[in-house]
Amino acid sequence: MGDLLAGLTEAFRMIVTLDAELIEITLRSLRVTLTALAISCLVGLPLGGWLAVRRFRLRRAVIATMNALIGLPPVVVGLVVYLFLSRSGPLGVLGLLFTPTAMIVAQIIIITPLVASIAYQAMRDLWSDYHDLLISMNATRGQRIVTLLIDARRALLTAALAGFGRAIGEVGAIMIVGGNIDGATRVLTTAIALETGRGDFALALGLGIILIALALIVSWGSHWAMRTERQGTW
Amino acid sequence: MVAALPLTLTGATLRRQGKTLIGPVDLTLGRIGVTVVIGPNGSGKTSLLRMMHGLQRTADGHVGWSVADAIARERQAYVFQRPIALRRSVLANLMFPLRLRGASRAQAEARARAIADRFDLTAMLAQPAPSLSGGEMQRLALARALITEPEILFADEPCAALDGRATRQIEALLAGTAAAGTRLVMATHDMGQARRLASDVIFLLHGRIHETGPAKTFFAAPATPEAEAFLNGDIVE
Ligand SMILES: Nc1ncnc2c1ncn2[C@@H]1O[C@H](COP(=O)(O)OP(=O)(O)OP(=O)(O)O)[C@@H](O)[C@H]1O
Ligand SMILES: [Mg+2]
Repeated sequence: MGDLLAGLTEAFRMIVTLDAELIEITLRSLRVTLTALAISCLVGLPLGGWLAVRRFRLRRAVIATMNALIGLPPVVVGLVVYLFLSRSGPLGVLGLLFTPTAMIVAQIIIITPLVASIAYQAMRDLWSDYHDLLISMNATRGQRIVTLLIDARRALLTAALAGFGRAIGEVGAIMIVGGNIDGATRVLTTAIALETGRGDFALALGLGIILIALALIVSWGSHWAMRTERQGTW
Repeated sequence: MVAALPLTLTGATLRRQGKTLIGPVDLTLGRIGVTVVIGPNGSGKTSLLRMMHGLQRTADGHVGWSVADAIARERQAYVFQRPIALRRSVLANLMFPLRLRGASRAQAEARARAIADRFDLTAMLAQPAPSLSGGEMQRLALARALITEPEILFADEPCAALDGRATRQIEALLAGTAAAGTRLVMATHDMGQARRLASDVIFLLHGRIHETGPAKTFFAAPATPEAEAFLNGDIVE
């Protein structure tokens, strides 16, 4: 109970005093996660749409694989990315290990299947409504996908938020590929892990509360933006 | 512009899971007129229309237009038995087919507003299309189909579940469309409507054309006992 209270106090103190380190860590968390999310959406949303409108032989297998990849253990993803980026690895020359870029790469791998899968489900349902109309109107495959992306945007927002939530709270992979280097790759989750290990529960909890608040703010913010964009019932 | 019509069906057959749904059908649709497709529930009206429109691939036979299929596709429009509303505003629904064809936003919007005026939709342009009433939705579906000025319009029971007033309104729009030179092929269960609109009739039974001919002769003196029974409102097996 005392730790909890101390954590709340610490979180409050850090926010009120605009603690420089906290701001740096938070901004880095956001930058890494939002970059990874943007790229995941760029890949995952059209991929979901494409899977919804295309009928091909291995479609079921692809979808099953995609769903299985959602459960990919982040630590393993981190390990594999580490091996690729380490000096002796195939991409070692790029010198990306222990940089935010490496963390972004790991997060992209972790959340893209989740984003694509939720997007696919939403657009598959919409496609069953739209199928006849879009075929009748002679829409090209690209136009079909774009139409689904636009008209399923609310559900796609949910997909993006799920991706955001998974990425911002992820610790295993980015700890391995980022290294939790102070001032370079330390983010909220790795800082929490570190402070917990050190026994500074108040600071760890303070960071945790900020992390949760961040996730809530992003979620509320995007829902609000979607709702005000157009007042509709769909 | 070379006309896509006449449309010629030769031995056109539609099968699903080994069951023959339609055909074989031999039929020619000329450039003008209103063909009304009638028949009991499940006789294949929807399937026949969908097959002509190319939504369903024939298992046998041929559905041939007078121009290449790709061009013919651009000249047709279809109003579904269950209208499909895009989850957008009424205005965006109307603009949609034009936008697909590469029209600019301004151009598409101007034409959408013009057709909305004709179809009595102006008051609800900003409304989400899924929230329209049944009659309004039918008007939207019809307007959206006609905005590309198709050579031929397929309409599958465009007045199903509408009250008398809304039915008359749609009928007037359909008659106007046909008078303006659009070829009309429509399915209906409403024999009054069939009499009012048809120039010729296709009577379907069990997926085949049981009787066809000019509307006048068909309604005055059907040649087959089944058609006569159907017109009398009897149950046709
Ligand atoms: N995809 C399909 N698979 C199997 N059977 C089908 C399929 N589509 C249609 N049918 C069957 O084909 C027959 C004709 O259906 P269709 O919808 O063309 O009838 P309809 O004349 O339009 O009937 P209604 O007046 O009720 O609209 C029906 O028995 C229907 O169950
Ligand atoms: Mg039908």
